[in-house]
Amino acid sequence: MTHYVMRRILQAIPLLLLISFTVFMLMQLIPGGPMAAYENNPDISAEDLVRLHEELGLNVPKHIQYINWLGAVLRGDWGTSQITRRPALVEIGEKLPNTLYLSMVSFLIALIISIPIGIISAVRQYSWFDHVMTTFAFVGHSLPVFWMGLIFIIIFHATLKNPITGGPLLPGGGMYTLGSQPTMADRLRHLIMPASVLAIYSLATHIRYMRAGMLDVLHQDYIRTARAKGLRERAVLLRHAVKNAVLPLVTIIGLEIPVLLSGTLITETIFSWPGMGRLFFNSIERGDYAVMMGVLMLSAVMVIVFGLLTDIVYAFLDPRIRFD
Amino acid sequence: MAQASLSPQLLSDEWEARMRPQESLRAKVWRRFRKHRLALAGLLAIASLVLACALVPWITRYDPLKTNVDLIREPPSVSHIFGTDELGRDLFIRLCHGGRVSILIGVATMLVSISLGTTIGACAGFYGKRIDSVLMRFTDFVLSVPQLFLLLLFAQLLRSTNNPTLSGGPLPIIVIIGLLSWPGAARLVRGQFLAIKAKEFVEGARMSGCSNSRIMLRHILPNAISPIVVAATLRVGQAIISESTLSFLGFGVQPPTPTWGNMLKNAQAQMTYAPWTAIFPGLAIVIAVLALNYIGDGLRDALDPHHVE
Repeated sequence: MTHYVMRRILQAIPLLLLISFTVFMLMQLIPGGPMAAYENNPDISAEDLVRLHEELGLNVPKHIQYINWLGAVLRGDWGTSQITRRPALVEIGEKLPNTLYLSMVSFLIALIISIPIGIISAVRQYSWFDHVMTTFAFVGHSLPVFWMGLIFIIIFHATLKNPITGGPLLPGGGMYTLGSQPTMADRLRHLIMPASVLAIYSLATHIRYMRAGMLDVLHQDYIRTARAKGLRERAVLLRHAVKNAVLPLVTIIGLEIPVLLSGTLITETIFSWPGMGRLFFNSIERGDYAVMMGVLMLSAVMVIVFGLLTDIVYAFLDPRIRFD
Repeated sequence: MAQASLSPQLLSDEWEARMRPQESLRAKVWRRFRKHRLALAGLLAIASLVLACALVPWITRYDPLKTNVDLIREPPSVSHIFGTDELGRDLFIRLCHGGRVSILIGVATMLVSISLGTTIGACAGFYGKRIDSVLMRFTDFVLSVPQLFLLLLFAQLLRSTNNPTLSGGPLPIIVIIGLLSWPGAARLVRGQFLAIKAKEFVEGARMSGCSNSRIMLRHILPNAISPIVVAATLRVGQAIISESTLSFLGFGVQPPTPTWGNMLKNAQAQMTYAPWTAIFPGLAIVIAVLALNYIGDGLRDALDPHHVE
């Protein structure tokens, strides 16, 4: 087991290096570069420009620049946001918890709903419940996230009214009402729409995997054995089938992290949620390179780390996996 | 026909089943596909969407770009069945024009993505060893950055070149979505090639002196084509969603050229008082993608050689 974990970690290191190198190269491709803001400034003299050029470490060859940059990134120096003049790491660090909060909540909702639905769909294959749920999963899979967000706003913000206050039923954006001390209820009201949109998006995939996994397990010999030895159907399903059918979902979770991150970018942009995805979108629009690259690096690291974690958890949970 | 000479009694189910192996593969696939009613409905929906997009602009000759200040944000009515947008342009006509661009992007992106993925997956699966591990690490690498983040970054890079052919049109969108969406197909094709290359007929082909490329193209690929066809069908839908997301965020095809995505770009600002501008283009996307997903599902069933009848 330790050997397996070590090997997986070692495999991730070249991948991370490759990603850091690509991110660095992409930065070089962007026209203008870090000096653009100064070169067009008439108050900065030619000598100052040379001095700045040296100070920013741009007077050494590219591969040395890369090593210097990588060293700085590892030390936690991610550059300065060109818009707010604050360290990029601080900017990102402020937004990351909001993204985690939103994605974890929607992810848990999706998981709690999809597991029982998938199980019932598989056990009652081709029943009306199964048909309704497979159709729902298909439709959910075909909905663009941003359009789902728009429709939610039209329905729950623009059309439906709060019966007591007469205002919109749900707020159309943000994490809490600005300018007031946020209460628990206020935060929840702001969370409902973005979390549901993201949850429906993951639900569609989860239901399909859960149903397929359960169907697969139900045809295994040990289920027939369990029935043959006279166990009650309830025990067969819950104790023997579900336990094995839930396992593949762990792998799906790992594979889904990049999709979930892309989903949060869209959701956060539509619902003005102050998260990392929206920060990335704004930084691209404003050409804020330090923040842009920081988010890109961090999301790649998150994908790799979560992928690694789910693989390890899966290997740990499933005794059939051999570590060689 | 062979059946004509047989006595009616012998034309039983059993006989019919025996006659089946003689029907052509195409007829067999179509017969199975027809059984999947939702896939058939999907095919019908896609056909009517494509027909509408192809014919309506041609029949009406109504300029989708012409603005009309007297008709700003008219709700759906008899003369404008889907209403008009913030510049007084008819939404239905624009949807048909936009559909041409969106469907074109979807199909072209699928071709880029599937051919890249098939090539990479085939090489990895066929050659194995070092080539396999290098190619698969590369695939992991492309998968490790969330797609939308890279799409936005590449779109921004192309846009900042200020080159009119590189920014704003459908071509750069096709290239960047295609270049980022092949890993799924690559993994699928690699798995197929790994499984098929161990079969006896491949060994036979090698013994008879076939070159590697001939074995890959003429012996293995035809046997791996079914899942590729299914993946390609689903990919068109996913590409339409990617394009519309990019265009909605303002990084895709630029106005005034309509696409289903960029028609939704202004919709968010006005959806409280003109919700139809947000509803119809989105519905077009959903119908197209849902139909393609069902067709893919039907094809999966119809093309499966282990399918039990």
